[in-house]
Amino acid sequence: MRFMLIVKASKASEAGALPDPELLNAMGKFNEEMVSAGVMLAGEGLQASSKGARVLFSGGKRSVIDGPFTETKELIAGFWLIEAKSKEEAVQWALRSPAPHGDEDSEIEIRQVFEASDFADVMSPEDIAREQELRDRLGTKSAAQ
Amino acid sequence: MSASDAHRAIDAVWRIESAKLIAGLTRIVRDVGVAEELAQDALVAALEKWPQSGVPDNPGAWLMATAKHRAIDLLRRSKRLEKKHEQLGAQLERDEAGEPDLAAAIDDDIGDDLLRLVFIACHPVLSTDARVALTLRLLGGLTTAEIARAFLVPEATVAQRIVRAKRTLTEARVPFEVPHGADRAARLSSVLEVIYLVFNEGYSATAGDDWMRPALCEDALRLGRILAELVPGESEVHGLVALMEIQASRSRARTGPSGEPILLLEQNRARWDRLLIGRGLAALARAEKLGGALGPYALQAAITACHARARTMEETDWARIVALYDALAALTPSPVVELNRAVALAFAFGPAAGLEVVDALMTEPALEKYHLLPSVRGDLLAKLGRFEEARTEFERAASLTQNTQEQKLLHERAAASAKEIAGFTADFRG
Repeated sequence: MRFMLIVKASKASEAGALPDPELLNAMGKFNEEMVSAGVMLAGEGLQASSKGARVLFSGGKRSVIDGPFTETKELIAGFWLIEAKSKEEAVQWALRSPAPHGDEDSEIEIRQVFEASDFADVMSPEDIAREQELRDRLGTKSAAQ
Repeated sequence: MSASDAHRAIDAVWRIESAKLIAGLTRIVRDVGVAEELAQDALVAALEKWPQSGVPDNPGAWLMATAKHRAIDLLRRSKRLEKKHEQLGAQLERDEAGEPDLAAAIDDDIGDDLLRLVFIACHPVLSTDARVALTLRLLGGLTTAEIARAFLVPEATVAQRIVRAKRTLTEARVPFEVPHGADRAARLSSVLEVIYLVFNEGYSATAGDDWMRPALCEDALRLGRILAELVPGESEVHGLVALMEIQASRSRARTGPSGEPILLLEQNRARWDRLLIGRGLAALARAEKLGGALGPYALQAAITACHARARTMEETDWARIVALYDALAALTPSPVVELNRAVALAFAFGPAAGLEVVDALMTEPALEKYHLLPSVRGDLLAKLGRFEEARTEFERAASLTQNTQEQKLLHERAAASAKEIAGFTADFRG
């Protein structure tokens, strides 16, 4: 199963400051460790929200708001996509990360990615509808025969 | 931390650390069975301690230190203590007392140890079943119960397989080393074979199966990716990784809403996993850059890559696929490769070209009970308008497969052919 390890933004990352070389080096090593263990699928660092934008949807209307955004702690500064056996394993990997913003307080949020296997037990409404349709078609067919 | 939280955390740590732990310990005690027992002892110690103390900051180092203590005890107690072991024990103690730390030394060398463990788990003195079980257990961190569930065999069978495998390795005095020279290629291909076998076992899982079965694909991919980092210069490892990544990219598209299989060419390509395709193409490029484009795994990967690159079925470069199958058939001739080549030929140069190759396979004993042969032949015959023969082939194919979904599909195709025949007759009558 896949997990996204989401690095939350900090004041420094939102100010557009680049991580210092020591932290970059530690992050590089951590990435290597996850690649060597065969778990890391992808990972990126994101630029400050001042360079981003939001598209809002409300009552059938769409509008665009340019960054920066104020709620620093809820913003995202980067992510890894990893393949792990369990949430606990993903947590263990996050625990091994260098503190993402050095001395500044940091947070990594762990979220599971939806996959086809998630629907093995509980099918999506769309799949259920499709299956129902298929059943209906089969029913029609056998009734006609 | 509650006891069950701690247990789950310990499971996760075990998954991450066990292979490195066992590899490092095997180097000390020179016996993979003993090393695994020591690692298990350390795990038991963690299960006793961590629920109270919490998971330590560096759980891998904790487990290694604990296992190392036990290794020293074991070496001391051993009646068969050889001088070499005594020295080793003393060395271990010195390392423990001061710098350099043994755990750090083991970390430095961990890549080599892991690679040695890979080669020992896939050693040719072991049966294929034993290699698979040992690899998943020692390198994949799976429990015996999990392996049993994944392979649909009783747990006792797997347990016995592993015990016997470890005994065989000890009795055969298989050295803990990375093979070099002429031996290396054959040993590496045994490793690749084991990993691909695990992958295929997972890939052949069907909708109703225990989730442990499809999870084998992930286990195999993880092992392949680890191996690719351990031996980055081996092109076929990248070829195998490429093949698995690209095949895995289709997993979402391979079954319909009620679990029916969807053939490659009928799959909704929007459901293919672009991330895995990208990784697969990158791994294939690595294999080719190393001069390994014509290796058997790289060739198979290149074929899957042709499909992955095509946004629609019509965009498929069939001529290239035919050329790749030609190369594969020359390298590893097999009736199944030949059948696939026939399909590619039909798409590249028309159904008659494919049928010619398929017809030549009809007397092949290895394909006598292979449902895809009549299924493909039926398809080509239908395309050539020979519906009577096509219907017979589809019915025959349906009688050869155990998969009820496939049976249903084949009966439908047989019925469709029958309808065409009826249609022609009606036209003829006028």
